[in-house]
Amino acid sequence: MHPTPPGGAEDAPVLGSTPVAPVASADPVADADPVAAARTAVAAIDRDARARILATLARRFGDLDLAEDMLQEAFAQALHSWPQTRIPDAPEAWLHTTARRKALDVVRRENVLAQKLARLRIEEERAPGATDFADPADQIGPGRPDPVPDDRLGLFFACAHPVLTPEDRIALTLRFLAGLQTPEVAHALLVPVSTMQQRIVRAKKRIRSLGVPFETPRPEDLAARLAGVQRVVYLLYAEGFARSTGSAHLREDLTTEALRLARVLHRLMPATAEVTGLLALLVLTEARRPARTDPRGRPVPLPEQDRVQWDSHLIAEGVALAEQAAAAAGAGPYAIQAAIAAVHAEASSYSETDWDQIAVLYRLLEEREPGPVVRLGRAVALGRARGPEVGLRRLDELADDAALARFRPFHTARAVTLEQLDNPTGAAEAYRRALELPGNEAEDAYLAATLAGLEDG
Amino acid sequence: MKYALLLMGHSNDPACGEDGGASPEEFFTFDQEITAAGVVVSSFALEDPELGVAVRSDADGERVVSSGPFAEVQEFVGGGYIIDVANIDEAIAWAQKSPASAPGGHVEIRPLAPY
Repeated sequence: MHPTPPGGAEDAPVLGSTPVAPVASADPVADADPVAAARTAVAAIDRDARARILATLARRFGDLDLAEDMLQEAFAQALHSWPQTRIPDAPEAWLHTTARRKALDVVRRENVLAQKLARLRIEEERAPGATDFADPADQIGPGRPDPVPDDRLGLFFACAHPVLTPEDRIALTLRFLAGLQTPEVAHALLVPVSTMQQRIVRAKKRIRSLGVPFETPRPEDLAARLAGVQRVVYLLYAEGFARSTGSAHLREDLTTEALRLARVLHRLMPATAEVTGLLALLVLTEARRPARTDPRGRPVPLPEQDRVQWDSHLIAEGVALAEQAAAAAGAGPYAIQAAIAAVHAEASSYSETDWDQIAVLYRLLEEREPGPVVRLGRAVALGRARGPEVGLRRLDELADDAALARFRPFHTARAVTLEQLDNPTGAAEAYRRALELPGNEAEDAYLAATLAGLEDG
Repeated sequence: MKYALLLMGHSNDPACGEDGGASPEEFFTFDQEITAAGVVVSSFALEDPELGVAVRSDADGERVVSSGPFAEVQEFVGGGYIIDVANIDEAIAWAQKSPASAPGGHVEIRPLAPY
């Protein structure tokens, strides 16, 4: 789909056998081979730049299909034109302008499409002469960085719009914000490619037909919509962090993309407490990732993790972000979760962990976002802070919760607590219950090994 | 973009103004607000579904006219608006304001096909 990166010279466009006349240029590569230089320049347009152009086109035309097709054509045009002219000073702006003009041509040609795009923010541009000033890219001189205005925030909100199903939101976000191809999205979410194609086609049609705007919502809707956007990024990370199936390789694909998207979102809305909090949470979680599994891919519980393997740069970054989020107005569940992650990250060892503070943070979290998993976290923290008797009592108070009864980590937490209380029979029973519940194979192996150890002892 | 807001009721729900359902006054107030906003293309209110008449084809393809009530009809359109707004978010905002989306009912938003 995308232009081939340099390396396969045999499929390069052929301009003719006559060598191109040398032109005065500071770039020896361009002098030697303008085709190769154009290909290098095209390949240098990274995924972020593509996403920026795509987002701008999508917002302007309200049509993801049209935006994608025209961006593709602009890339093809660049490979054809740049060797003959020269590589523009602002290639991203050139691509954007070219794609936009092609899209306008299509709209002019196709009356039906023009009707479908009835919101017509493009109407003004169809008026003669208006294009002269309508496009910011046209005004950009050489050397100006980031020439295309960033409309990715609008794309974030469109892809995470409440009129789409949650699975469609994740698929669209991976496809259009993370820039994955459809087969890659299918692979990442463990569904057949044909299913994913249908899902993306359906979701794009919904966006177009319903008139989902590619822009930041009105202030009164922002909080609710932003929560939806963050949820998608969070779920993407969670999906990679602890899958019910799948290989470690898949997990890293998703966590890396989710973290990247959280960074993009934070660049776009840096002053928002919860956006900062979400990024802090993901950065701090990512920092611990190297220690979370052993070389055979089995999970390593927090007490046994080798903290030397924690990424100190990410921890420093994450703690700073978490502090920033906690101090900002509007701090909420993500900022609190980031603060919990920061307390863990700052402890030099498991026993040094400030469990009292974690328990307090869980209480604050429960006040804002009461839910079984939060109550479980609070019970565990209280158990660490005040001893396993308190922990077990707190856990047993939650035993009636139907969601937790089916939640593997609840039974694992009980098992660990019962072990601490020197009750191997009770612990073994809890481990067996945990093993009956869904989880990934690496986790199965770990729990089975622990259970076997208990039964032998 | 043009959207139809279909104000849906349910045959088991309290009728307009009864037992805690939205009162006619609330509907009139909403109607004044949405009309004053200049987004209404047209609007209508329907009598109750038991006054409905159905025209359909029988097994031989003959048109047959029948009258209500239609016992199988649980959800029904009580009224509707065609509005012209910028995007789905604005349509949703109007649907959220409508007393028809208060407990006991819902508003279905359907984009008008551009034919």
